[in-house]
Order: sequence, then structure tokens, then C-alpha cells
Amino acid sequence: MVDQILESLSKFLPETTLVVAFCLALIADLVFRKNRGIVTALSLLGVVVSLLFAFQQAGMSLSVFSGMMAVDPFSVFFKIVIGVSAVFIILFSLYSHDVQTTERRKGEYFSLLLALTLGMYLMAGAANLLMMVLALELTSLTSYILAGYTKEAGDSSEASLKYIIYGALSSGLMLYGISIIYGLTGATNIYGINEALSTGEVNEITLLIASVLIIAGFGYKISAVPFHFWTPDVYEGAPVTITAFLSVASKAAGFAMMIRFFKVSFLDSNVVDLPSGMWSSLQGFEWNSILAVLSVLTMTLGNLVAVWQNNLKRLLAYSSIAHAGYMLMGVVVLSDKGLAAVLIYFVVYLFMNLGAFYIVMLVANKTGSEDIDSYKGLGYRSPLLGVAMVIFFISLTGLPPTAGFIGKLYLFVALLDAKWIWLAVVGALNSVISLYYYVRVLRNMFLRDPEKDSGSIRFSVPQVAILLLLLVPTLLFGLYFAPIVDWANASVIMFGVR
Amino acid sequence: MIELESYLLLSAITFVIGVIGVLTRRNAIIVFMSIELMLNSVNLTLVAFSAFLGDPTGQMLVFFVMTVAAAEAAVGLAIIIALFRNKQTLNIDEINILKW
Repeated sequence: MVDQILESLSKFLPETTLVVAFCLALIADLVFRKNRGIVTALSLLGVVVSLLFAFQQAGMSLSVFSGMMAVDPFSVFFKIVIGVSAVFIILFSLYSHDVQTTERRKGEYFSLLLALTLGMYLMAGAANLLMMVLALELTSLTSYILAGYTKEAGDSSEASLKYIIYGALSSGLMLYGISIIYGLTGATNIYGINEALSTGEVNEITLLIASVLIIAGFGYKISAVPFHFWTPDVYEGAPVTITAFLSVASKAAGFAMMIRFFKVSFLDSNVVDLPSGMWSSLQGFEWNSILAVLSVLTMTLGNLVAVWQNNLKRLLAYSSIAHAGYMLMGVVVLSDKGLAAVLIYFVVYLFMNLGAFYIVMLVANKTGSEDIDSYKGLGYRSPLLGVAMVIFFISLTGLPPTAGFIGKLYLFVALLDAKWIWLAVVGALNSVISLYYYVRVLRNMFLRDPEKDSGSIRFSVPQVAILLLLLVPTLLFGLYFAPIVDWANASVIMFGVR
Repeated sequence: MIELESYLLLSAITFVIGVIGVLTRRNAIIVFMSIELMLNSVNLTLVAFSAFLGDPTGQMLVFFVMTVAAAEAAVGLAIIIALFRNKQTLNIDEINILKW
């Protein structure tokens, strides 16, 4: 028993590092009251070291802590995506007005950020319903607190309250679904559930109800319609750094957990005559058709409502809902190709979405506003920022030669391969709608004069360096994408699934 | 001996009452109480199934659900206090800076 735990711990280093860094950050915050920069450095170091350990896990495929967690290429991929975005968020925080003006609470901010990252790492690897609930709750509870971090501002605490009410409701629904699944199968481990479902007779309607309840929990985390109501409010009210983190990492973790749960639990491993790279769900339970409907609703509603928005953070919130819809398309097709497309999309989405939010933050620091009207003439006040915004928005729309195009291309190819043509058409139409609202912002930046005669905006060298770190991959991966595609294709392997 | 169905029915009813409470009540504190009700009906289902299946996993899950519920209540009340200091109200309808 002890041997087994020690053995598991040695496969658990990325998470352990974050736990240690979290404790150290809390202590450092108490000890070094004069110099809070130490906490920042410590948390950055913690995330980087955990990333290094995650890279070391490449190629492993095993389960640890008696089946609670899986360490496989799939979870390692998501850990790297989450870790890289955590590094960027810590760098953003160095220049965030919201964070830097609350000197006294900065230590809490960074230690909570570490706890949030830990929760997402656990979500990426969780292979047991109990572990899934705990990881989801760790992620949710810390994000509730961080969303309300600037508690003196009315909109921040309001965002936090809305977040916790929707979050608690969805996790309640999910827990009820889990209790039903436990009753039906007598197992909480997803491999055990799969075994029970494929051998025993299970009431299909009850199983369907339970799955819909569980989808409520996942859907809330990836902000899929109709569980998206919190998204615009929280994105608008929370500090920009947290918004950016939630839009990328939290969505990635939610997708990781959802894909693992559905793929492993409902996989039918007795079907033999399938083309390679495809898998099939258990007879009489087509969970992917539920997700197809969700996907269409999510992207259509996200894109249509985004058209009316005047606050850029809110616009990006609806745009991120739409992107969740695009990514769901890749899950619907039940093939390794579709799954790889989702993973490629996440790498691309990481850079372009963080970039867009970074620019929103820089502009808000200078002008104090996130309204689209305050972007009038920005392209002339700061050409670098203007050009960067154009590239990020073109990439979010999915036009070549940017990385966003590659992400969409692989998604659509996977859909067409699996004969989901109507879904691909809906997705393509939605991309066209999204062009309209992205271009509206760009038009304000370049074709409208500033309202007041305001001077040019300058940025310091490190600020520009962070921008380039996001900008260069967005362009580069649009032209040279073979490494990401190979990495994604190698990362669809999950432990215990053939 | 009470049948399994009775427990499940009871927990389903309490769960629905909880959901309706979350959706219709306007006072933030009562909304949180309704969420607790939902989580407790989950506990009841788990314990009932656990006894029925003769498998302790469900009862173990209940402890975790209780802990999670406590943590959620703690964070939720802290957020309510932060909001009350800004707005002097607990009515959800009046908490409306952010919309559409």
C-alpha cells in the first residue's frame, strides 16, 4: 500500500510542485511583507517547474493512486496547455492595473492562481467521478474568489456572486447525475462504469437523464449554451487577467474532463469493423448527438449575441462561447482525428485569445475603459497594438495566414471525413457571422478618428516582449504547423483505451 | 423495511424543491440554502444506493460532498458580504450592473 502510494507520488510531480509552491507562496506572503515581488517570482517559478515535470511525463500511460488519476499523453497535453497559459497570466499580472493597485492582497492573488492551476491539472487527469468532482470544485471555488478579487468594485463582486450561484447549481446537478450513475453501475471509476455498462442491462432512460445532468456540470465549465449565463457577466466583471485565464485554461480543463468521461465511460470496445481512428459509443446511447445539438446552439447564440456588444470584454466572452461551440464539433465526430483537431484548436486558441485579452488589458490600463468606442483611432495612437489586434482578431475569425485558420481547417476536415456535413456548414456560417463583430472593432481602431485629441500610447520593453511572445506563435503556427499537428495526433491516447 | 424506491423518490423531490428554490427565490442567502438542499438530496441518493448495493464507496462520496458543500457555503457567504458592502442589498433582482 505504502509502496504503491510512493510509486504514485513519483508520477505526480507536476501537481506536487504546485502544492508546494502554493504553500510557500502563502508563507512568503506572511513573511516578506515589505517585498511582495518574492511571491510573484515564487509562483512563476512553481508553474515553470511543474511544466518541466509535465514535459518529463511525455509518453507515459498509466494510472496512479489506485485508478484515481491517469497520467497519459492526453492529460500531459492539457497540463502543458494549462501551465503555459498560467505562465502568461502571471506575466500579465505584473502589468495589470487591477492587481498591482491592491498591494496588500497580491500574495493571496498569486497563491490562489497556483491553486486554480492545480485544480485544472487535476481535472485534466481525473479518472474517477469522485476525483472529477473534487478537481472541478477546487477549480470553481478558487475562480469564484479570483473573479471577485477587486472586491471594492461593484461589478467584480457582482460577477463573483453570479458565478458562484450558477456554478453551485451546475455542480449540484452534476453531483445528482453522478449519484444516479453510481446507483446504476455501482462504480465511480470511469473504467468500472464502462465495464458495468457494456456487460449489464441498464435502464437507458435513467442513464440518459444522468448523462444530461452530468453534461450540465461540464457545460458550465466550458460555457456551452444553455449553461453559459455566467460567462458574459463574469468575463466583464472579473479582472482581465482572470478573465483571460478562465477563457483559456478553465475551458481546456473542462474539455479534457468531459472528453475523458464520455470517451472512456461510453466506449464500445466490442465493435470490430470500424475504420482505424474511429470509435463507437455503446448501443442505444448516442451521447454525441446531444453534444451536436449543444454545439450548434452554443456557436450560434455566442456569435449572434456578440454582434450587439459594446464592451470588448463582453464581446470576447460571447466569442469564447462561440469557440466552445466550434471545439464541441470536434468531440461530436467520435474519431481520433476530431479529437486531435480539438487539441490543435486549443494550442492555437491559447495564443490568440490570450493575445486579445492582453491588448484589452493594456488599453484599459491607459484609457480606463473597455468600451469599443474608446478604441476609436487606437491604430494610430499605437500602431503596434493596432496591428497585433488585427492579427489576433483575424486568427479568432479563422482566416489564413494565421494559426486560427489551421485550427478551423482541421476541425472541418475531421467533420467532413466523418460525414457530419450539416454541422460543418453551420460551423462555417458561424465563422462568417463572427467576422462581422471582429471587424467592427478593427474599423473603430483604424477608420474612425479618436474622439478627443489624445496623444500616442507607449509601452515598456517587457510589455512589448510579452505581446510578441503571443503574436509570433499566432503567425508562425499559421505557416509552420506540422509540429503541433504531430504533437496533437500523439496526444489523443488515453490510458486504458485501445 | 423501507424500499429503495422510497428513498430515491424522497431525494428526487427534495432535489427538485432545491432547484426550484435556486431559480425562483430572490434572496441570495435563501438561494444558497436551496443549493444546500440539492446537495443533501444527492447525499441521500448516494447513501440509499450504497446501502442497496452493499458497497461503501457511496458513503465515502457523501463525506466529500459534505466537505465541498461546506467550502462552497464559506466562499459564497464571503462573496455575499463583499457584495453587501458595495450595494447594501441581498436581492438578486437589484444586483444588475451587468446584463446582456
